[in-house]
Amino acid sequence: MSRSVSFARGLWQGLLPWLVPLLLVIGWQIASLAGWLNHRVLPAPSEVLVAFWQLLVSGDLFRHLAVSFARVAAGFVIGAGLGLLFGLLTGVSRLGEALFDTTLQMLRNIPPLAILPLVILWFGIDESAKVFLVAFAVLFPVYLNTYHGIRSLDPQLLEMARSYGLSGRELFRQVVLPGALPSILVGIRYALGIAWIILIVAETLSATSGIGYLAANAREFLQTDIVVLSILLYAALGKVVDVAARLLEKRWLRWHPSYFKAA
Amino acid sequence: MKLDDLKTGNPILLQGLSRRFGERLVLDQLDLQIPQGQFLAIVGRSGCGKSTLLRLLGGLDQPDGGLLQQPAGQSVRVMFQEARLLPWKSVLDNVALGLPASRRGEAEQALAEVGLADRAQEWPARLSGGQRQRVALARALVHQPSLLLLDEPLGALDALTRLEMQGLIERLWQQHGCTTVLVTHDVSEAVTLADRVVLLEEGRVALDLPVELPRSRTHADPRFVALEQHILQRVLQGPSFNTPLINEAPLTSLHFSQLHWAL
Repeated sequence: MSRSVSFARGLWQGLLPWLVPLLLVIGWQIASLAGWLNHRVLPAPSEVLVAFWQLLVSGDLFRHLAVSFARVAAGFVIGAGLGLLFGLLTGVSRLGEALFDTTLQMLRNIPPLAILPLVILWFGIDESAKVFLVAFAVLFPVYLNTYHGIRSLDPQLLEMARSYGLSGRELFRQVVLPGALPSILVGIRYALGIAWIILIVAETLSATSGIGYLAANAREFLQTDIVVLSILLYAALGKVVDVAARLLEKRWLRWHPSYFKAA
Repeated sequence: MKLDDLKTGNPILLQGLSRRFGERLVLDQLDLQIPQGQFLAIVGRSGCGKSTLLRLLGGLDQPDGGLLQQPAGQSVRVMFQEARLLPWKSVLDNVALGLPASRRGEAEQALAEVGLADRAQEWPARLSGGQRQRVALARALVHQPSLLLLDEPLGALDALTRLEMQGLIERLWQQHGCTTVLVTHDVSEAVTLADRVVLLEEGRVALDLPVELPRSRTHADPRFVALEQHILQRVLQGPSFNTPLINEAPLTSLHFSQLHWAL
């Protein structure tokens, strides 16, 4: 008895967050059907669904998705990799901090999109321009959080670890890196969000494929259904990536009290 | 017989040891000799230099002057006031910190010695304060140190857990036979555990008393109470009374309570 009750309650609690979006979509559809919304302004959800289906069947959807995803992945790996590297370097070594921190802090204040004209001049409108922009945008949140994570390590734990014979690589592997990891992961999650935003803009302005291109192209032909679809795709992709990052956090930060399952 | 064996080993020798922080002389030409195997308690008001002395003994800090001579091949382990467990390592991995993988079995054994074998796979954040200190004790003892330094390890525990831990520390000290230096502000704890109580005052040894009571000691023993009172009174007199003032004029009750607050 209590099992079925708790199952129903679990189901209810699982569905509850989706209630508001669902109601919004239903209201939207009703407004479209009733003619309150101009199709040029906002197509009905059913029309977006049809556009989705057509693009899916033609294979275009997957092609554009794959291209965008590859750009984000490449830019993210390069940018986050460099951010992590510099963060570790400046975090661990005073010399590294003296050499790089000021430079990175200055570059950090440049909005990535401000260098877009320059990037187009450098790379043209091919892949490397988009990858560069994403990497540039992703580098700084990862760098800052890595640096901060290392610098705010508990000095008492470091002292203990040293007095227990840990030094060099072992100290880094067993104490510094895991201690900075919560902060690094915050930077990575934030960077993932930024990566998509930058990619949308870059693809909208200069691309011949990708979801941003899909949207920009559809705008030319007033295909609002595809424009809305592109926007929804970005939302979905962002969510997927965020869930993946959360899973990583859950796995890597198992030891952290905020990730304990309610006992 | 065992005691004779221990006393034949080289003692730890401190001669004219000084340590200053800025203008303040924390240790002032301190002389002390610690025979091997002895359980020494260092008591004193906060700021008397007792923790500084312990840090010098543990190699966590360097003296500004004087001689600190440790027996050759001595291994030191420190147990701090905070447990300082690495939160991202399981209880067992914390105990095994700095041990080669081949000696993991010893870590399990050490954990069993402090009665926490069943919590080996738990995260430290799941343990109570007393349990964490027991893990820290196991971590210190698994290295078979010849000198064990305890820096007010029970200061943050509640009274009952404290008594339990005192019993555990005494039992393990008797088993391991390592030279042990306990820094505490609790005179009763010092008399319970130590072979010898040293009172530090303004960076110098103000009192050096052997405790020749049979173990395990309790307040039921009138000699225990007498000794405790004796040391406490000497602590309360403070450094400004170099001669035993009590014999000349009794302290007023007001005076006495003020001193008590200062402790």
